[in-house]
Amino acid sequence: MESPEALRDRLLARFPGVSVELVPNGSPSGQVSLRISPAGLREVARFLRDDAALALDQCSNVTGLDSPDREVVETVKESQPGAPGGPPVVIERKQTRIEPGHLEVVYHLYSVARRHGPVILRARTGNRTDAVTLPSLTPVWRSCEFQEREVFDLYGVVFEGHPDLRRILMWDAFAGHPMRKDYVEPDDYEWEPTPHGEVLAKARRHYPSAAAPGAVQPSP
Amino acid sequence: MSDAPTDASSPGPLSAEERDELRRHGILLTSVQELYNWGRSHSVWPLNFGLACCAIEMIAASMAKFDIARFGSEVFRPSPRQADLIIVSGTVTKKMAPHVVRLWNQMPEPKYCIAMGACAISGGPFKQGYNVLKGIDRFIPVDIYIPGCPPRPEALLHGLVQLQEKIRQQPLRGPDAPRHLRSDLACDATVPELGAEDIEPPFSPELWKPPTLVRPDKA
Repeated sequence: MESPEALRDRLLARFPGVSVELVPNGSPSGQVSLRISPAGLREVARFLRDDAALALDQCSNVTGLDSPDREVVETVKESQPGAPGGPPVVIERKQTRIEPGHLEVVYHLYSVARRHGPVILRARTGNRTDAVTLPSLTPVWRSCEFQEREVFDLYGVVFEGHPDLRRILMWDAFAGHPMRKDYVEPDDYEWEPTPHGEVLAKARRHYPSAAAPGAVQPSP
Repeated sequence: MSDAPTDASSPGPLSAEERDELRRHGILLTSVQELYNWGRSHSVWPLNFGLACCAIEMIAASMAKFDIARFGSEVFRPSPRQADLIIVSGTVTKKMAPHVVRLWNQMPEPKYCIAMGACAISGGPFKQGYNVLKGIDRFIPVDIYIPGCPPRPEALLHGLVQLQEKIRQQPLRGPDAPRHLRSDLACDATVPELGAEDIEPPFSPELWKPPTLVRPDKA
């Protein structure tokens, strides 16, 4: 299979209006992925499936990512005129800005016919609140159907063109998207003997006396 | 119907030992209660129902190697109307909880419940998750708890034998009579609704209350 760089160049040449960005991967697997602009995602997917050299006929995995709004602290250097005749003085100033968050969907594509893969596609939504629509790839690969429903259920990405976009794991009346970083789960902690990590924090909040010596088993 | 005490020292009814002695000589003396409970305890038909990996062990227990038929419980009924026993075998998610409770309500009395495995008892490894019921005893009165993750088929069979023992001990009259012989006890369990965040109510208050910590120095 061609290298990701070559694939990116081929896609850019084939689809002039679509942005294709190479996302590096520092892990040992080194699986480089391609970030596609949402508008051209379905055309690119159809091309990847139908291209004779690639023949990516199987979408094995669809998953989601949630990146909340991030506060970025940047150091800005400014040069100001110093003493008359002397060199300008460089002042470092820290400024914070909010980097808006987004949701991202990742598709892993393989070719059963040519026995290669994966080619990894990514697409980002505009934000996490109102611009959460992405084109569905279920019309291209039928195997995306349930997995896109899962991403819709747990992350709240709305897939345009999905034939049956309903929640799949949580019940229909459920509000919220549990895999989002800012999801707050129902406060129903119950006593347990050996809490640790986040559960320990919950235990301290619910049973403040449990941390003190002398605490014993709860009685019903 | 005799629920008279079987005290060996009393001159009236025979003790269990004396009856066993008579049986060895071919004389069967029994009470309606004993006969009735003996029949019930050896034909406990479970509901053909499984939830997770514990169900695999339950299926193994029903197959030839472990052979639940030795204990009269091989007739897994596909309908709750014909079942005596619900084996809650596996993780009860909050989405599944109303359906499990509804199955329980559809079963006719006398009916029994076995909570099989850590998840059915307490939520198990998923206890602190947002989508798992922390034990089926919040909605259904559980008769036998079988710990394990999952319990082996032998453990399920042991639990079944314990349930049979419990059925054999049930008096037919008095305050300890089972639900189906009493008019003052409700048989229906509360079916929870699926709410926007959690199931409502999160537990049935008449069956279960949240634990409270007891500190002897503050008592």
